[in-house]
Amino acid sequence: MSRLQMTVNGTPVDIDVPESRYLSEVLRKDLQLTGTKIGCNEAECGICTVLVDGTPVSSCVFPAFKAHGSNVETIENLSKNNELHPLQQAFLDHGAVQCGICTPGVIMTAKALIDEKKAAGETLTPDHIAVALKDTFCRCTGYQSITRAILQASGQDIPPLLPATQPTGNSVGKPMPNLQARDKITGTAKFADDYRFPGMLHARTKRAGIPHAKICSIDTSAASALPGVHAVLTHEDIPGSNLHGVFIKDWPVLCADKVRYAGDAIAIVAAETEAAAAAAVDLIEVVYEKLPVVSDAIEAAKPESPLVHEGRAEGNLLKHIKVNKGDIKAGFAAADTIIDRTYRTPATEHLFLEPECSIGVPAGYRPDNFGGIFDTTAARGETAKHDKTTVYVGSQIPYGDRDQVAATLGVEPESIRVVATLMGGGFGGKEDITGQIHVALLAEKTQRPVKMLYSRQESLLVHPKRHATVIRIRTGATRDGKLTAVEAKLYGDGGAYASLSEKVLTRASTHAAGPYDVPNVKVDCFAMYTNNAPSGAFRGFGVTQSCFAVESNMDILAEQLELDAVEIRRMNALDVGSVTSTGQVMRESAGLNECIDLVERDLRGDDFRWTWQEGNRRFAWGIAAAYKNTGLGGGAPDKASAEVEVWLDPDGGMRAEVRTSSAEMGQGLPVVLAACAAEELGIEASAVNVLLGDTDYCPDGGPTTASRQTFVSGNAARLAARDAARQIKGAQPGANVVARYDYLAPETKPLGSGGDMHVAFGFGVQAALCEIDMESGEVQVHRIIAAHDVGRAINPLTLQGQIEGGIVMCIGYTLTEHYIQEQGKPWTDVLARYKIPSISHTPSITSHIVEHNTSTGPYGAKGVGELPSIPTSAAITNAIYRATGVRMRSLPVDQDELLRATRAGETEVELAWGDLTPIPCIALGGEQ
Amino acid sequence: MGNSSAHRWEHYYTPETVAEAVDLLQRYDGQARVVGGGTDLLVEIRRGLHRPVDALVDASRIAGLNTIEEDGDNIVIGCGVTHSQIIRDSRIIKYGTCLSESCGVIGGPQVRNVGTLAGNVAHALPAGDGTIGLLALGGEIEIASVDGTRWIPMQESFKGPGKSFINRHREVLTRLRFRRTGTREGSAHHRVMRPQGLCLPIISMAVRVQLHDNNTIKKARISMGPVGPVPFLAESAMEVLVGAKVSAGQFNKAAEAALASVTLRSSKYRASTEYREQMVRTYLPAILARAVEQAMGVSP
Repeated sequence: MSRLQMTVNGTPVDIDVPESRYLSEVLRKDLQLTGTKIGCNEAECGICTVLVDGTPVSSCVFPAFKAHGSNVETIENLSKNNELHPLQQAFLDHGAVQCGICTPGVIMTAKALIDEKKAAGETLTPDHIAVALKDTFCRCTGYQSITRAILQASGQDIPPLLPATQPTGNSVGKPMPNLQARDKITGTAKFADDYRFPGMLHARTKRAGIPHAKICSIDTSAASALPGVHAVLTHEDIPGSNLHGVFIKDWPVLCADKVRYAGDAIAIVAAETEAAAAAAVDLIEVVYEKLPVVSDAIEAAKPESPLVHEGRAEGNLLKHIKVNKGDIKAGFAAADTIIDRTYRTPATEHLFLEPECSIGVPAGYRPDNFGGIFDTTAARGETAKHDKTTVYVGSQIPYGDRDQVAATLGVEPESIRVVATLMGGGFGGKEDITGQIHVALLAEKTQRPVKMLYSRQESLLVHPKRHATVIRIRTGATRDGKLTAVEAKLYGDGGAYASLSEKVLTRASTHAAGPYDVPNVKVDCFAMYTNNAPSGAFRGFGVTQSCFAVESNMDILAEQLELDAVEIRRMNALDVGSVTSTGQVMRESAGLNECIDLVERDLRGDDFRWTWQEGNRRFAWGIAAAYKNTGLGGGAPDKASAEVEVWLDPDGGMRAEVRTSSAEMGQGLPVVLAACAAEELGIEASAVNVLLGDTDYCPDGGPTTASRQTFVSGNAARLAARDAARQIKGAQPGANVVARYDYLAPETKPLGSGGDMHVAFGFGVQAALCEIDMESGEVQVHRIIAAHDVGRAINPLTLQGQIEGGIVMCIGYTLTEHYIQEQGKPWTDVLARYKIPSISHTPSITSHIVEHNTSTGPYGAKGVGELPSIPTSAAITNAIYRATGVRMRSLPVDQDELLRATRAGETEVELAWGDLTPIPCIALGGEQ
Repeated sequence: MGNSSAHRWEHYYTPETVAEAVDLLQRYDGQARVVGGGTDLLVEIRRGLHRPVDALVDASRIAGLNTIEEDGDNIVIGCGVTHSQIIRDSRIIKYGTCLSESCGVIGGPQVRNVGTLAGNVAHALPAGDGTIGLLALGGEIEIASVDGTRWIPMQESFKGPGKSFINRHREVLTRLRFRRTGTREGSAHHRVMRPQGLCLPIISMAVRVQLHDNNTIKKARISMGPVGPVPFLAESAMEVLVGAKVSAGQFNKAAEAALASVTLRSSKYRASTEYREQMVRTYLPAILARAVEQAMGVSP
């Protein structure tokens, strides 16, 4: 321990700390300034940025003693006397804060820039911002709102970008910042790693590190004997079920007999310090007998393939998904032209900037036993008593977590409580269990609170990814462009455990004919087990993959038939009266044609050209369309319950609270629920509090997935509020009522049975303007014009943020992202090897909103969370083709291959960045 | 890697004099290691890529060594000087353009604000951008140890990929210098990257040229990386240029000569040999043209 002296936020600090500390650790742990967040500990993501003597630095790799004698400034210094700094106010106004985990770092980086330019007397420009924020990542917003907010904060008159939408009601339709946005911009918002409990231990997991092996023995004796270690648990210590899974339960909590992927958990340790826990993990001896590895979905389907799960009659086949409509033979017989191509999409990583963190607290825990108190503002009132085994976690499925923890502990679900903390991004990647069960086991074993925080590297290794797919699509059309048939075969890499593979790849399959009225459809999809990381939910849920293939084929078809790319989509677009691939009749709310019209109107100005050249740079527009279901569908009961409590204040004012266990991960659900309740109660949304995700205080809102929460929890909140309004009518001041509504979405039908498979669909069209440098093959997206039918815009500000963020996420899917695994071992083992889009990849985005109301949605709304991140990839690759004559059949685009093809005169490229082999051949029905 | 303190150090020193720094290294007898900004080293230590050390000796706060000075025709850069300082320095922008350009593409602002040119050179990566820029300028480095200080041409310090002859447990790279470009001289740098998960360049190239009054080339210096295990001086390309009249054709010949003298590797996920060759063919002539323009006074 040595004396560290510095000034932090204007206050002199003089503390004894180890010289091995990083600045981020001193700030967060020693000074409890948890506004500074940690995203990677690699100086890659920039969210830990603080100012040292006015200069932005990554505090995660900045030795604390390097700051000895310096002035350090953090997010906590910005607002004074409850008054926001102009940057903070601008971030609120522009909706430039979503999950909020990156916000402190982004704001601090921007503050240094504004101060620097002000001192130099320069006017701040978007280019300055793009340079300064190049390595400060945001995974939610897509940066456009951030850029505009920073310009506003520098004193320029820059209003928030809002789409034109239907007239507003009292609250519904009004732009409002999300409810916790203020806490997020001031650094007071608490994410799971920001919680501290007196007596808390730190947990670590022993990972397999190898993709496929028999476990011969596990020896934990040395680890248990290490000073500071309180518990080392293996499969033998599990009282209840040792299998978990969001849908199919096949994933060991702790592996007993074999490991199936490199991220498998073997043992868990709780110790006094993170260092002791890490050292103990290293002392656990596991003897393996290695097994052959299968790391590719098509290989996994071969009879000679190693088996990932033994004893299954289907072998490695997790699910064969079939979609059939009409007569596929007749459909192709009626076609004048058939386009037949095979595409490949990569596994990708959610890269939510908050790594997973869970804290388990044992039943009966009392902080005063450890000489401390627990900040009760972190949990509700008397609940700080912790009567039950409690898990604090940022999770997309609080009730599901509760049930899964209970099953492994061998207790009733009601004896477990899950408290949702804020979540630093989810995108589908926080649906599966990570540390929740482990911390509950360790907390009960040690009778101490136990925190398990994944490092970024562990997060990359462990949680499910987006399915890598190989997709062959045959598209048949008549001479005039009318689609007659679509046949597709898909292989999806499900990885080692089922997770949501069946559901995800079902969505890939049902949407594999695109948002078009196709009379004859046949789709076969094979979800396969492999020894790769499991694949699960990821924004777009399978449709992102099939849309790339479908919309590439559509452009090839248009070119072959010498038809306009917009026109061919318009003449086939799903509309009211159309029938989907699964036999669902579109009775309402099918605004695709209007989306096409809006994008085309913007696109085709007087001087419109699809493509042109400037020196060595070629420019072109590309277009693509998509649709995406709202809600679980497929016959699954789609329920959400909400409680609304209303108080009449003595002065006659009314306040309310909405309670439901659905999840906020940055998408803006709380402010949507507040608007729905306020609308019914006739009060301002600002008078409505929203409590989410405490399973003891909030009824079940179901999983936050499938773009469903605005629809289901929005309806539940609306109808509960309507009931509360009725009850409180005429009541005296001081009265309060509680109303609960259990909302059940209209019944849907399973795939294959015809009828309504989904309650609603969102539609979208995007056009991308790309530049290709013909000397280097580098691709830049300059503009996106988008139009999305969302049913109804409940909150245009957060809606704009969802759309901009979704588009930029899909730009990453198209140009930068690939989670690479080599024979089951992740090559992508550090953040430096996985690049999400930075501000320098962000195009100018114009977003139009179409509102074809859905009769069963709240005020006509349907889901939008996933939709904008679906058509972007094909819009970009269609533009690349138009500019260069080269079609990219794999993602992400490789500039090396693109340049090679242009120089060699080749017209199609099979290798994406990270691919070492060509796309395998897939036989369609009847072929060998 | 990540949250544990498994890969750390016991002591962190910020000496204020060179004597203090080398004494510390001497005292630890190989168990201490010099660190500059730490933007590479600390990440590597976290990943367990270095043998553990008892102490880190931070060379970035030595008095007098965090500034850029002129010494006659030389520009001298202290070991505490960050990439951000370099790219803002009007003298280096003008008289060491390729160094300014190469430091400007390193990492992001947070890294450039902390990382130092001395650290970049001592790290000895085959394509460290600052290193490539300084190498074309004919950079020299000063090394201090308990035995005193000495100046050497920087290329003599390169041993292999990430390996330097500077013993970072015993010696400190204290200063770097180059002769500023003067009348009828110019320099330029270009780097080709990819947007995916690789922080290393596909190719990084810098040139320094000097012209006779009749627009024939008097001197030329070309650095490239990654080309082999250490930052590379393309001597055969330099020979092609010296004495030749300035022309696009001659620049193309220089690129071909550079390619003929090396084997560009095909590296998995980074670039194919063919792509790298194409980038040399395209951008080496381009930066030669830019440097010549500067030498002719067309650009500053």
